[in-house]
Amino acid sequence: MARKTARPGRTLVIFFLLIAVSYGLVAIAGTWKPALGLDLKGGTRITLIAEGNPSSENLQEAADIIDQRVNGSGVTEAEVSTQGNRFIIVEIPGDTSNSLIDTVKRQAQLRFRTVACTSSNPGPCATSAPTPGDPTASDTAQPGVGVTVPPSPTAEPSESPSAKNRPGFALADDKKKPKKRTNAAAQTTESPSASPSDSPSASPSASPSESPSGSPADGDGKASPAAEALAFISNPPQEAIDAYNAYTCPSETPPVDDPTTWLVTCGAQDDAATKYLLSPAAIEGTDLKSADAGIPQGEVQWVVNLSLGGDGKDVFTDLSTSMAGSEQRFAIVLDGLVISAPTFEGRISDGNARISGNFTSSSAKSLATSLKFGALPISFEKDGTSVDQIGASLAGDQLSAGITAGIIGLLLVMLYCLLYYRGLGLVVIASLIVAAAITYSVVLLLGETAGFTLTLPGIAGLIVAVGITADSFIVYFERIRDEMRDGKSMRVAVEAGWRRARNTCLAADAVSLLAAVVLYIFAAGVVKGFAFALGISTLIDLAVFFWFTHPSVALLGRYRFFNRGHKLSGLSAETLGVDRINTVGGTA
Amino acid sequence: MGKFSRLGNDLYNGKRSIDFIGRRWTWYAVSGVLLLVSLLGLGVKGLDMGIEFVGGAEYKVSLPADEATQETADEVRDAVAATGIDAAQQPVVTTSGDSGLIVQVKPVTTGESKRIKDTIVETTGVDPGEISVQEIGPSWGQEIAKRSAIGLAVFLVLVVLFIWAYFREWKMSVAAIVALLHDILITIGVYALSGFEVTPATVTGLLTILGFSLYDTVVVFDKVRENTRNLAESRTTYAKAANLAVNQTLVRSINTSIVALIPVGAILYVGAVQLGASTLKDLALALFVGMAVGAYSSIFIATPLVVQLKANETYVQQAEKRDRARLKALAADPYATVPVFTDDMPVREDDAEAEGDLEEGAPVSQPPAPAQQRSADAANRGRIAPQARGPVKESRSAGRQQPSRQSKSKREKK
Repeated sequence: MARKTARPGRTLVIFFLLIAVSYGLVAIAGTWKPALGLDLKGGTRITLIAEGNPSSENLQEAADIIDQRVNGSGVTEAEVSTQGNRFIIVEIPGDTSNSLIDTVKRQAQLRFRTVACTSSNPGPCATSAPTPGDPTASDTAQPGVGVTVPPSPTAEPSESPSAKNRPGFALADDKKKPKKRTNAAAQTTESPSASPSDSPSASPSASPSESPSGSPADGDGKASPAAEALAFISNPPQEAIDAYNAYTCPSETPPVDDPTTWLVTCGAQDDAATKYLLSPAAIEGTDLKSADAGIPQGEVQWVVNLSLGGDGKDVFTDLSTSMAGSEQRFAIVLDGLVISAPTFEGRISDGNARISGNFTSSSAKSLATSLKFGALPISFEKDGTSVDQIGASLAGDQLSAGITAGIIGLLLVMLYCLLYYRGLGLVVIASLIVAAAITYSVVLLLGETAGFTLTLPGIAGLIVAVGITADSFIVYFERIRDEMRDGKSMRVAVEAGWRRARNTCLAADAVSLLAAVVLYIFAAGVVKGFAFALGISTLIDLAVFFWFTHPSVALLGRYRFFNRGHKLSGLSAETLGVDRINTVGGTA
Repeated sequence: MGKFSRLGNDLYNGKRSIDFIGRRWTWYAVSGVLLLVSLLGLGVKGLDMGIEFVGGAEYKVSLPADEATQETADEVRDAVAATGIDAAQQPVVTTSGDSGLIVQVKPVTTGESKRIKDTIVETTGVDPGEISVQEIGPSWGQEIAKRSAIGLAVFLVLVVLFIWAYFREWKMSVAAIVALLHDILITIGVYALSGFEVTPATVTGLLTILGFSLYDTVVVFDKVRENTRNLAESRTTYAKAANLAVNQTLVRSINTSIVALIPVGAILYVGAVQLGASTLKDLALALFVGMAVGAYSSIFIATPLVVQLKANETYVQQAEKRDRARLKALAADPYATVPVFTDDMPVREDDAEAEGDLEEGAPVSQPPAPAQQRSADAANRGRIAPQARGPVKESRSAGRQQPSRQSKSKREKK
């Protein structure tokens, strides 16, 4: 350490080049005005109406989850509140896109089930016509219609199920030998209280546990969700088959997704015409550890990567072990609709799953965000969502007043620095201007990439940061003066003072950075946004201090004006309060 | 500025010194009174929590198309605020699309609700049937509050550990945290007393103060540590060294405070004078008070506290003992440390009063070096030791091994 800045000029040039690069990026992004927050510019107000009559706790919980979804990075400063007992209001700065609205209102109830029959591959349900002409799909599951169940589950019909764009299920590693893990304790049902008001597939009394006649996998698999799910697809109960045959796709409303029983439903979006009979939920969305969107290496399509933890991971391993290589498929069910129904290509033991399909960048990110923060305890009316543009919540004069005040304040600060530090005051002013320039470019870039918006408190915070930034210089200059009072020459004092001031500033800024990092990780909402801004301004402070202020002072130290202690340099004997300053060398 | 600079020099070399440590009970008393007032304010008046925390009522006004402009919103905001209803002092009014207004106020009674409705009708000329009222919940939910509290707790624990690790002194952590609590409590007290509404912006402001307070304390402590590092080898006590450190950083503290407070003061002035009730004013007030108190507490609370906490440590007490002995010796022979004449010695006495008579810039004679810098052994011995350029380490060694034998009388008789 203690590398002497032998070439302060070069440091300065590199630093200015970096600033120029940041402004080049801004120019590429093409916005020269920062995005303003809700209070200054307004934004979009999304009103969601809950279905049914949720309890106030559920509504509040839903609002909290939505808050995390829209405020995941903490810099957007969106506001989420409940209204009455059925409404949730989401206010987001700026314009909004459809995918954002989807992110907000998606219930994100994720479950993994196995597929017994689909319309493209009827499997055990193949006896009757795939699409009977009964569109109402309610309470037709009467026993005794006389459908015979094919006894052999593995005797799949010859047609291949993977006709569509359904890429196989990607697996991360199967290096471990396929030792069968029987997890008797796997109990994934958390009962997310889906209100069973208008279930299209009636008779949920079909307890799935009474059907495992020919359990293919485990010995003690009675309680294992994996074994249950596997048993179901090989031998689905008659009433499930009846319900399946009576159901038509595409249907108007998705069925209610009850994890404890089987489900007849349709595919999502492009796949809406495909009908599925699914086993009881094998894995619950609560076992999801993380979700993120990305493009896998060597592919072009966006996917959503899921990482399962807890019991879900074990069940997933069991399922993949039994089903790998066969034509059996499992389904990822989101809010009652099958969003993906791939086959296993191999055993997956690390719980990494992947949803592929026709995702775009925004839809994949939207889904990942919705999944990441958990499922909402309530669902929303499909047509009840209203989206309005709202205006600024603060009067228009507040922004101009704030900026005026900031400019006045800055001018006063500069005046004070000039009066007190004279020549060195110029360095302070230049440093502050450089810091302001960097801050502005960072705000612009973050507004473009991370949705960072400036609110009035944010602007005030930036103005306050001026004081903290200026403190580094003050500490440094006072150190230089102290060293010169000890009899060192200016050039020696610049380096000696630098070494001491640097340590002081590093320690003090470390505290600020600590605050920023910890609060950013733990806190939510406004506090998270504050932490972000604090971290940025501290880093800018350090950058300016190290790469601008110090080289500048070192450079100025070469001029007689400063190192001979000219009256206006701020380092004269008079301003230091000593008799004469040492000009030839120091005792450092 | 010249005077101020000279003051800086005097403070630096200890010629002029403000006794921060010795008069600590005065400062403690001042802070105690401030804290008491804050707590009283908090207890009696309480905090005025904003809509974001307590929820309230929302009025949706449907206006004819294109009439919902920012000007209308501003008018309605002023009109509703002018009703004098407590809960509606700072209404949130936004446009919604081009034909809707949303007015949010804190929880109101039925009568107050009617008055607000009437006010909106008067201001906008809209039919009363076009206003719908809804109850809204707080946007600053329990979850956010809980998570922020957890974050804060983790941060405080880590900062204690950090200061401990950096200064190798847990007592400094304690003092820094005490100063921090002092700053935050006083700021909250100011909020309670002034009756400003607490908004999420306020929370941001409090966190800024928290950061600033710790930052300032660390800067002052850094100097204290530097001055007290080799206490065993220096001719001073911990309290004196710490006091000198505070005096030496005083100029820096004053400058930093001025530079930090000027912009905030400007915001406060503009916010309070030009705008009246506003977010800006609330935020600026919290910041102004908090930063001023933060700079105050680093000097007047944190440092004396460290000195007090360390007073029981052995090496600190030993330094005190040495110092007392030195003073006693000085009292016995006050001339022991009088400097002998040297060539550049001032011809006349240079006392503090004489300084003012000289015009600025005139060369001022100074004593060559503080007398105590010379080893007492060298005085009056004929040989004039050269002027020390830095602190001279006290040493009795002659550069070679000294006999460790006891004198004959004390030796064991064989």
